Amino acid sequence: MSVDFSKYKQDFPILSREVHPGKKLIYLDSTASTQKPQIVLDAMDDYYHRHNANIHRGVYTISEEATELYENARAKVARFIHAPSARSIVFTRNTTESINLVAFTWGRKNLKENDLVLLTELEHHSNIVPWQILVQEKKIRIEFIPVLPDGILDMNAYKNLLEKKPKLVAFAHMSNVLGTITPVKEMTTLAHQVGAIVLIDGAQSVPHLPVDIQDIDAEFLAFSAHKMCGPTGIGALYGKFDLLNEMPPFLGGGDMIRKVTFEGFSTNDVPAKFEAGTPAIAEAVGFGAAIDYLSSIGMEEIAKHEQEIALYGLRRLEESGGIKVIGPHNQRGGVLAFDMSGIHPHDVAQILDSEGIAVRAGHHCAQPLHIKFGLPATTRASFYLYNSKEDVDSLIKGLDKVKMMFD
Amino acid sequence: MDDLYREIIIEHYKNPGFRGELDPNDYTYEDENPVCGDHIRVDIRVNDSGIVTEAKYSGHGCAISQASADLLMEAIIGKKVEDVKKLTKQDVLDLLGIELGAVRLKCALLPLKVVKAGVYGVGKESELSDLD
Repeated sequence: MSVDFSKYKQDFPILSREVHPGKKLIYLDSTASTQKPQIVLDAMDDYYHRHNANIHRGVYTISEEATELYENARAKVARFIHAPSARSIVFTRNTTESINLVAFTWGRKNLKENDLVLLTELEHHSNIVPWQILVQEKKIRIEFIPVLPDGILDMNAYKNLLEKKPKLVAFAHMSNVLGTITPVKEMTTLAHQVGAIVLIDGAQSVPHLPVDIQDIDAEFLAFSAHKMCGPTGIGALYGKFDLLNEMPPFLGGGDMIRKVTFEGFSTNDVPAKFEAGTPAIAEAVGFGAAIDYLSSIGMEEIAKHEQEIALYGLRRLEESGGIKVIGPHNQRGGVLAFDMSGIHPHDVAQILDSEGIAVRAGHHCAQPLHIKFGLPATTRASFYLYNSKEDVDSLIKGLDKVKMMFD
Repeated sequence: MDDLYREIIIEHYKNPGFRGELDPNDYTYEDENPVCGDHIRVDIRVNDSGIVTEAKYSGHGCAISQASADLLMEAIIGKKVEDVKKLTKQDVLDLLGIELGAVRLKCALLPLKVVKAGVYGVGKESELSDLD
């Protein structure tokens, strides 16, 4: 018995907004950022109305409440990805900061000249540039696992690259352009066989798929709240506890210290060691509420629903003519990036906007991947639990208008 | 919407009059819009009196940026280089005949930015600040 997803749309106030007279918002850009259900907005509102205070060390009631809310959110994040303990979850600003944290602390301490870091060709800039900074700084080397023309990673090439004994393998669980879902568990096991550490960019997978980090067994997992019904400004880094424990601190300041004298400092325990300064408390509360919301629907169900819309969208786009969708054609996430011959994605997106349809145009922070596919830019429609096949139908109608205008 | 994609823009996008490259040239420059990856190169020839005699653009981009480039080439031919330096954002918008939001404004102004960087010479980016 499958879940009726149409009832969830009403949980999101923004989805009843008209963006132009008579044109309701049809939001197809959840890969960039998702909309927020009322329940998340209420949780943050309630925090500011009733519990707002700085966390830790406050002895008064509302500070204790704020601390408890903040730490409860951490526990919810841990349970959501099946982490062994809340101590393995560091709150950051977003996926980008989580990856930078690993590069800045673990990377600076453990990577030396000529050490190899393996990435894939489908990475978002946020999982390329932090490592390129270490190329400049520490003269490490980067090699890329190739993407095959159908959007799948070349696993044979990966196995050959592993023979070069990389120190770290870092890759996205789901491509934000191709929708490719990478075989994370297999890739992690193979990396471990040559002694490499594994970092997974979960920005697109944690919001859309059930993720069990202990089963995958990767050392690090990075993701953002705003891509999973939560607020902007907060994300998480999961790390195996022993590794986090041995890593040097990230930013210096309050909360990350155990003791400070004029001569020096000692660091606080994990995860506080990596959370200098007042964190995004209201946002953590919203993050927790978002996780409750997603869990109440069920990640298996959400993944199934999106897969259904994605495959329907793929079929409709390809049938409509003059449109080429890039990426895998069988199993894929709810992301459809496409090229309309002779019409620039900016123009496509602009005309769709006049119909109330929000899609993204550009290289989606994956410029090297677009170069590889010979496209300067694509138009991208992406889906979440609040989207339906009717939204795909509206998209197709909008694209017909685009073709008409450029005909 | 129909205003934005006025006939003139679609026409210049689909049937450009000034697409191509000039070699040799007196001024050449290329740049891109980091937000969308649009890329424009402009080649310019001038005569002894400092008047633009030929101008061509190449690269790729949306209808707005390409039409803007095509219209701009047309507009600068016959002008003194000193006058080309004085062209403003409003001049480009007048050529296009449309109003634009912040994001698309960058598309429309990329060609002028490239032209100005070309005739001023690289390193005088401060002269371009009004286009950012």
